[in-house]
Parts: sequence; C-alpha cells; structure tokens
Amino acid sequence: MDHTPLPAPSEGDDELTKVHPNYAHALRVQTVFAAIPAMFGALVAELALRDLDVLPPGLIAGTALLIAVLLVIRIPMTRYNARGYQMGIDRLRVVRGLMFRSDTVVPFGRVQHIDVNQGPLERFFGIATLTLHTAGNHNASVSLPGLGEPLARDMREAIRAHIRRETV
Amino acid sequence: MSETRRTAPLGILIGAIGSAQNAIFPAAAAGVGSGIGGAGLLIGLAVGLAVILIGTAFSYVGWRRTTYTIGETDIRVESGVLSRAARSVPYERIQDVSLEAKPLPRLLGLVAVKFETGAGGADDLALTYLTNAEGERLRQLVRERRDDEAAAASAADPDAPAAPAAAAETGEVLFAMGPGRLVTFGLFEFSLAVFAVLGGGLQYVDNVTSMDVWNVDLWYRWLKEQGSTVATLGPYAQGLAALAGLATLLVVGSLSGVVRTLMRDWGFTLTRSARGFRRQRGLFTRTDVVMPAHRVQGLVIGTGLVRYRFGWHGLSFVSLAQDDKEQSHVVAPFAKMEEIAPIVTAAGFRLPGESTPWHRASKRHCTDMAVRDAAIFVLAAIPTAILAPAGLFLIPLGLAVLAVGANLYAWEFRRHAIDDAQVYATHGFLSPRQEIATRLKLHSVEIAQGPVARLRGYATVNFGLAGGSFAMRGVPLAEAHALRSQVLGTIAATDFSRLDAPAGQALRSAQSGFSANLRAT
Repeated sequence: MDHTPLPAPSEGDDELTKVHPNYAHALRVQTVFAAIPAMFGALVAELALRDLDVLPPGLIAGTALLIAVLLVIRIPMTRYNARGYQMGIDRLRVVRGLMFRSDTVVPFGRVQHIDVNQGPLERFFGIATLTLHTAGNHNASVSLPGLGEPLARDMREAIRAHIRRETV
Repeated sequence: MSETRRTAPLGILIGAIGSAQNAIFPAAAAGVGSGIGGAGLLIGLAVGLAVILIGTAFSYVGWRRTTYTIGETDIRVESGVLSRAARSVPYERIQDVSLEAKPLPRLLGLVAVKFETGAGGADDLALTYLTNAEGERLRQLVRERRDDEAAAASAADPDAPAAPAAAAETGEVLFAMGPGRLVTFGLFEFSLAVFAVLGGGLQYVDNVTSMDVWNVDLWYRWLKEQGSTVATLGPYAQGLAALAGLATLLVVGSLSGVVRTLMRDWGFTLTRSARGFRRQRGLFTRTDVVMPAHRVQGLVIGTGLVRYRFGWHGLSFVSLAQDDKEQSHVVAPFAKMEEIAPIVTAAGFRLPGESTPWHRASKRHCTDMAVRDAAIFVLAAIPTAILAPAGLFLIPLGLAVLAVGANLYAWEFRRHAIDDAQVYATHGFLSPRQEIATRLKLHSVEIAQGPVARLRGYATVNFGLAGGSFAMRGVPLAEAHALRSQVLGTIAATDFSRLDAPAGQALRSAQSGFSANLRAT
C-alpha cells in the first residue's frame, strides 16, 4: 500500500473565468418566473382563508412574497458566482454547483460534436450555452451556459480548429 | 461487388408458426363466446384459421419486401410493406456481429444476424433468419471487407492480401465451461424467481376460474381442516415442518438457478481469433458473438457475496456494443483469477499486481458513510421506542451497529490506483468489484463533491468511459486533482481519431502483421 501523495495539481482554483454578467440577470428572470405560480397559490390560499378569520390578514401572501423576493435577490448571484470555466490550449474546464460541486475537464481531442444553443431568454440577454459532446457514458454532454454569444461562437471555432489540427 | 439478396424463405414458416401461437387465444375466445357446442367449435376454428392465414400472408409479404445488399463500403437493408425503410451501416462502424439462433429457427437451421454499431439497442441492423451458412458467410464477408478497407486506407502495400485475418479464424480457446463448472455456477446463482412465476400462475387461475385464491378465509378454512392434524403433532413436529419448508425453499432456489444457468451458458466457449474475441453459448437459444479486441474500452471483474469466498469471479468487457440486456459483454461469467488473467492479457490489458500503487479511500469518507447509514437506523429507533412494545427498539439499534460494521468492511475494498497506462478502482459492500480502464480511452474527468464531501475534503472522481462508467469514490481532494491532471495529460496527447493505434501496438505482441490495419481502422 503506497501512501505517498501524488504530485501537486497543475491547475489552481483561482484561474477560473467568470461567465457573462448577463447570465445572472437571465437567472433572475427565471427565478421570477418560477416564483409566479407559488405566489399565485399563496394568494388563493389567502383569499380562501380570509372569511375564516383565523389568521391576521396578509400573513400567508406576505410571507410568500418575502421569501420570493429574498430568493430572487439572493439565488441568481450565488449561482452565478458558483459557475466558472477555464479554457486551456487543449482542454475546457467547467465548474458548477452550489451544494453539489462538479468540476469537469473535457480534452478537445475527445469532443465528438459541439453545440451552441440559445433559448428565448438567452437571446434577449445576448448569451448562449456551449455544449461539448463526448463518447463517454458519464458526462456524455458537458454544457457551459452564460457565455456571451460571440464568445461562445469563438470558443466553438477554437475547439473545432484544435480537433482539425489533430486529425490532419 | 454488390449483390442484393433476400433473407431465407424458411423464415416465412417461422412467421406462420408464430401466428398460429397468436391464433390460440382469439380462437378460444370466439369458440367459448359463441356457446359451447358444435357451432362454437366451428367458429373458433374458423377464427383461428383466419388469424393464421393473415399472419402468414403478412410474414410472406414482409419477406418479399425485405432485401439486403452487401455493398463496397457498407451493408444496406431495405424493408417495409407500406412504408419503406432503407438502412445503411458502413463496415468500419460495425462494433460486432452476432448470430442468434432461438430454438425454433435453430431446428430449421436458421439464425438471426445482428450488426452492433453502438448506437443503442433498437437502432442496430438486424436480419432475421438467414441460413446458418449464409449467416456465417456474411460475418466472414463483413470481416474481410473491413480488412480490405483498412489495407486500402493504409496504402502501404495495396497488393498484400487481407487473407491472414480470415485464415486465422479458428483461434485458440481462451475459456470454456464444462457441465460440472456450470452446475457449480448455477448453485451460486440462487434464485427464487420460480415463486414469482408461481404467483403469476395463481393470479391466472384466479382470473380464469371462479376460485378466489387471494381470499384469506378460504385458505384459513383449508388450513383449519388440515391444520387440526398439524396442531395435534406438537411443537417439535411444527418446528420440523418449518425446517422442511426452509429446506424446500433452498433446494428449489438452487435448482432454478442451476436450470437457468445451464440454459443460458451451456457450451460456453470464448475463443481468441485474429480479429478479436468470439463467444458462443446457449442450450436452446444459441448465440455467437464476435467482439473486435480494439473495441474493448475497459474491464469489469465482478463477484458475489458468497462466491467471492470461494474464489470465483466474473469478467466482462466494456464496449459500445450491448450484450442482450446487459451493458457489457460477459466473457468469463464464473472463473478463477488464474483463468481470467490470460483473457485480460489477450485483450491488451494488465491485471493489477504487486507493483500497482493502490491508494485507499479517505478515512473521513469511511466515517461519514458509516455515520450516515447508522443515523438512518437510529432515527428509526426513536419512534419504535415510543410506539412499539418495550425492547423492540433494540432491533433498529442492532441494525445501526451492523451498518457501521458493513461500512468499515466496505472501506477495505474501496481503493484506486493509477499507473502509466491504466486506471484501477475497486469498490463493493461485502465483496469487491474491480474496474480497469485504459487511460488513453477515457473521454473526460469530473471531480464531484456533495456538501458533506466539500466540508470533509474528499471527492468522487468520475471518468467518461464509452459504454460504461468508471468512478473512484472518497478520494482526498488533492489526490483527486493530481489524478485528473495525470489522466488528462495522457488523454489530451492523442486525438480521438487515433485512439485505436496504441491498441494495435498492444496487439502486435500477440498477433503480428495486422496492427497496421488496426491503426487505420
């Protein structure tokens, strides 16, 4: 049993590049959309219980609103801060997750195909999602959302150029 | 050279027999439905005949409209009665060719030929029912084509014949299981599935007859009639009866395991041929699969709770192709390690040895797992202590102690290692499962951490492996990063399109002469 530690890692955590600030805005809009049904439910509950006169008026809807506002202010920034990437000469590193951290590296030499996707919200904010597909079952596709749209296209070109160089 | 052919005409007969099976129920329903008697019987017969006729007609038209073409670069199948479908598979994308003969086609000398491309089960190319000779010829042809293509692509010496690969078709037998071994294997495959079948049968009886088998009262009454005699026998006899019941359960379970194993693995033979590995098995349904050696992405050596104690292991190849219902190809289901070793070497892999630098999982990981599992039972003990009769809460507490023990034991198996060419990982609860993969054939590396893992400084390292999964659990964070940078160094150095080259080099030691072909694949 060999307990000597392996050589020190070459990549540090401080070199991560942040994604586009608009990603936080897009996340905020998403959170608002997600909060709407919950708010609606709280409003219905409030109206239904008004006649019973057991709770002070506005307690349910007020609490729900407070939680929703807190989430809308807080969640997008933490999620934005948790994301990062690192574009190397021959590999892309993608870091994500608040509670469950995941730190994935995909070498360009193993990329099967590349997607650049934009949803309606992403188009509005001028950002895009870059997705790298590999042949492995785990991490068959690694996606990196929140890149500026021109940057996403540039990165795709760079990765494609690398694959081409390798195969010629 | 291209030729368009039809599948074997005898296939129509199989379609007809299949429709006769389908006809039984409608015929019986029609017969019974129109009243028992002369007329009902006639109507039933007529309905049955009609179903058989229609089924046979469909199977005939289907046969007429299905053709396959062996082309220059691909194999094409056109089928469909009303809507036509044409599928083309290039030779170089075929992962393996398998011949399967179910009992009925086997009697008629027919096989189903499947071409695996790794695109996932349903999307593969299948030709149902060619004659044995035609199936074998097709397989040979596909192999030669691929060799031709490789030779042409390498263009080193275009005149060199692609014959040696085909000539070396009948290779050495790497592993075979005789009846004795199969019975031993079957005893370890203890299964109570037969009781599930019996349960299904009872349900059926319930539906068909008016007897309500799920009615407790009925059985209770029956038991009381019978049981009065049992009750008079006294406690010793009752204990004996219980023991006998348990023994019956054991015997039935072992027997059904043996029968299932005999049916699946009868005549199991693994041969090393020039192009790869060939596996034949099956008592009634005979299958014959060829796996190219350079397509093997990784190895899994599994074992079982009991069989591990007797030194039995099973070896599977991880590849893009799927095996029946399983993800990997089983190449040695039940073997001693010294029998597995030559197969591993033939596949171009190396078993971990004395010099393998094994690392254990983090001790903190072990502690956390034990605490987590014990906590579940301790939490269960609280309501039990409050609600259940006194003393019963000791059961979940005992289970909690057991969980801690099992986790401490599982930690023994949780190890990982890396050397210059391969990565190794073993894990398992009460018996180890060992995974081996080539560093070069990995596709991505992920370091994943849950909230507890982040707090305690360890991580799971997930490697992207084509056709399977490969993970090291509970690796200390610094070590995880070091592992990743080492593996990535190997991966990034070689492009995906050149992946097969080193496999060719590895093979050269075993089979010289066609590594150039392999490199070009």
